[in-house]
Amino acid sequence: MTSPTQQALVSLRGVRFAYGEREILRGVDLDVPRGKVVAIMGGSGSGKTTLLRLIGGQLQAGQGSVVVDGQELGGLGREPLYALRRRMGMLFQFGALFTDMSVFDNVAFPMREHTRLDESLIRDLVLLKLDAVGLRGAHGLMPSELSGGMARRVALARSVALDPMLIMYDEPFAGLDPISLGIVGQLIRRLNDALGASSIMVTHDVSESLEIVDYVFFVSDGQIVARGTPDEIRASKDPFVHQFVHAEADGPVPFHYPAPPIMEALLGEGATGSRHNGRAVQ
Amino acid sequence: MNAIAAVLRRIGGGVVDGIWRLGFVARFLGLLLLLSGQSFRRIHLTIREIYFSGVLSLLIILVSGLFVGLVLGLQGYETLQRYGSSEALGVLVALSLTRELGPVVAALLFASRAGSAVTAEIGLMKTTEQLKAMDMMAVNPIARVVAPRFWGGVISMPLLAALFSAMGIFGGWLIGVAFIGVDDGAFWSQMQSAVDFRFDIMNGVIKSVVFGIAVSLIAVFEGFDCTPTAEGVSRAITRTVVSSALAILALDFVLTSFMFRGQS
Repeated sequence: MTSPTQQALVSLRGVRFAYGEREILRGVDLDVPRGKVVAIMGGSGSGKTTLLRLIGGQLQAGQGSVVVDGQELGGLGREPLYALRRRMGMLFQFGALFTDMSVFDNVAFPMREHTRLDESLIRDLVLLKLDAVGLRGAHGLMPSELSGGMARRVALARSVALDPMLIMYDEPFAGLDPISLGIVGQLIRRLNDALGASSIMVTHDVSESLEIVDYVFFVSDGQIVARGTPDEIRASKDPFVHQFVHAEADGPVPFHYPAPPIMEALLGEGATGSRHNGRAVQ
Repeated sequence: MNAIAAVLRRIGGGVVDGIWRLGFVARFLGLLLLLSGQSFRRIHLTIREIYFSGVLSLLIILVSGLFVGLVLGLQGYETLQRYGSSEALGVLVALSLTRELGPVVAALLFASRAGSAVTAEIGLMKTTEQLKAMDMMAVNPIARVVAPRFWGGVISMPLLAALFSAMGIFGGWLIGVAFIGVDDGAFWSQMQSAVDFRFDIMNGVIKSVVFGIAVSLIAVFEGFDCTPTAEGVSRAITRTVVSSALAILALDFVLTSFMFRGQS
């Protein structure tokens, strides 16, 4: 990872984004090289999922440019955007499997929608994809019959159904037990390498991510505050990165929501958060 | 003074919101119609929705139709026999059902049975990010999810209304002829001569098609537009049932005033 700007599949330059008055991203520059697995880390509400949505074309940047595989996403019409999305896969936080379809039909869905393959070939491809995530035996189950980890793996199989060039993961490890977490982590790495794809992972699971990714971006308060390879991140002296990697409660990211000193509150002078005219502490 | 201003502001805000929403519905309908061609290429999706909206609503429609017919038979006979014209019972039952009760009551039942189900399904798909996932797979959710449900409802509604009317007429016959003893031949022959195919039956069918479009559009729009939370879905379902009922009754008045103007 010497020069991440060369042959970048995804490239963000000076990207700003706001929901109404609330500014989420304040000038983000980021490159995702081809063939690599990149993690975007940061606390809740730091704007990392918004970044993923910008790259997927679900949101449009207020300022700056988002380029995916040489195409600028700003002002791209629905048809060219859909053409681009056919080469992207996305894993949603809780899988977002179609609940009215079986596991098999879920994985077959993108193939049936976008290809004219005959049903016997689709069957073979679906079983191969499910085999890759270890769930070939579960092809007849409905999503409601799957555990959280299994649903995530089925969703992973579905997101790589069309052999995409870019796979995006939104919190792939959220709510998984340690075994499932390790399995999903390894699958992300293996699938990326087997398909020759590039992957972007939005996560706050530090230890698992540092094991499998090639490069890490740290987002805080709508900006990239640190970046580097896993080794550089582990050795980083940056206070934010240090707090995040070592899971310290207090640091540049404060433990307390902004409030007046506690003595003031206890003595009845400061805000109490009560909506009853402060009577609670009088 | 401030209170008056606040009230005016609230009313104004409500009106502006309502107009905005109407605009959204119109754009949504436009997009839906535009993308319907895509969805018709996969006709099995629409057929599946006709099954869910239409076939699964059959029981409630048929049973309600029967009871409405039974009550019409009883009430109609009670009034008609005072004037010595109880043979006209068939006409009364058939006209009330084909012109009004069939389309209106069937549409009200359809909105609460199938409309609410469609809103809940689309709303939950939105809440669990299934619509977003579909969109990210370059499959337009309006073409894949919304359009089949809309057309399923539009096609089912007139058929259900016709079955409701048929069942109601059977109910009226059951009470009038089989139980009370009104003359069987008079019951049917008077009905045959008094009910006009174009004015009575076709107008009833037109009404049920219009109600089908209104209910289906409200149901799919509310589902698609809902706030993606449990509370948002429940509010959307309530809105579907309430708005559908109001729309059906208001449209019925408008359609009736055009259709039966100057008719006896």
